[in-house]
Amino acid sequence: MSKLKVVHYINNFFAGIGGEEKADIPPREMEGFVGPGMALNNSLGDEAEIVATVVCGDSYYAENLEKAEADLLEMIKKYDADLFISGPAFNAGRYGVACGAIAKAVEEKLGIPSVTAMYEENPGVDMFKKDLYIITTGNSAADMRKAVKKLGEFALKLVKDEEIGTPEAEGYHVRGIRTNYFHEKRGAKRAVEMMLKKVNNLPYETEYEMPDFGNVTPMPAIMDLSDKKIALVTSGGVVPTDNPDRIESSSATKYGIYDISEYDSMPADKFTTIHGGYDRTYALQDINRVVPLDVMRDLEKEGVIGELADYYIATTGTGTSVGNARGFGEEYSKKLLADGVQAVIVTST
Amino acid sequence: MVKEIERAGIPVVHIATVVPISLTVGANRIVPAIGIPYPLGNPNLEFKAEKKLRRGLVEKALKALQTEVDGQTVFE
Repeated sequence: MSKLKVVHYINNFFAGIGGEEKADIPPREMEGFVGPGMALNNSLGDEAEIVATVVCGDSYYAENLEKAEADLLEMIKKYDADLFISGPAFNAGRYGVACGAIAKAVEEKLGIPSVTAMYEENPGVDMFKKDLYIITTGNSAADMRKAVKKLGEFALKLVKDEEIGTPEAEGYHVRGIRTNYFHEKRGAKRAVEMMLKKVNNLPYETEYEMPDFGNVTPMPAIMDLSDKKIALVTSGGVVPTDNPDRIESSSATKYGIYDISEYDSMPADKFTTIHGGYDRTYALQDINRVVPLDVMRDLEKEGVIGELADYYIATTGTGTSVGNARGFGEEYSKKLLADGVQAVIVTST
Repeated sequence: MVKEIERAGIPVVHIATVVPISLTVGANRIVPAIGIPYPLGNPNLEFKAEKKLRRGLVEKALKALQTEVDGQTVFE
């Protein structure tokens, strides 16, 4: 049986062409393996071999995404490869993004199974983990030996269409793919066992990992609020009585911006809540329980805060997708900034 | 939403009843609220006492805005 053909992608640095001063080189191709390709080729054993290496400068790729991709695809196509491997990129950001982008393009446009490898904090991971298997590596080329071994072994499994196990078992970045399978123990039993471990402070593994939403660096503290403009935002579904924007009572796809400039307290006959995720009785009695306008006005009059924005912003938090919530926040923050708002209080039911 | 406000460069504080959710989604300054249907109130109190309670929570939120934090911080 002839060996499976592999094309490997690396950058200017790993190809030995040069460092930053050569990061602007356009795509080129070379016969056989180059640089880390040698070790990678060894890890492929007798079953596959690197027939060609394609190289592109990291900056060139980043600055000429479409052209770099098109030119590389032209080169790669010629080899009629069975498998495409890029990297490992470790923690090199531009290289990681290029490795992900070209692997995705090869898989989608040429129909060749593709895999890459990089460190968890490489921006390429977040950008491409949903599209590709990205093997985990250390954060520098010191991990090269281990990384190419893992990468090669995994690539063989992929090209031979063998069953791919969980991210933990195989050592790739979580892609968010769920697979149905029969467990030897039923769910109720597993849940009780997990709970017993938890209450006994023993280690346990959840079967339903919360997504990692990432973090934002906190803004510095505001020392003096007496000259600052503050706005109220709520996910509690508080809207004018006629719900003019038709915000949904759950899984909201929109938010609203509502004038409160003429009120000192949320009037119960002008506002309501359409939130479908909590008992609305108490909010309907006194909407300040969700949007604390009465207190904010007092603080404004007393000079504790400079001023309250003329409006508050509202949506329904329940069932609303992270994507939508992110979009709302991104969009109305522009307005808040444009209106000179310097701090925000968000209330959630 | 809290995170996007902060990402846009506006200091923000989250008054939230379910603190673990706020922590999971990544708010940095968190003030625990009273109850899910009345985050800033308590229907068992007289109006004046309830308003005082609400003011206390809002003041705590303002205090949180005036406090430097390194990462996620719950202001009990």
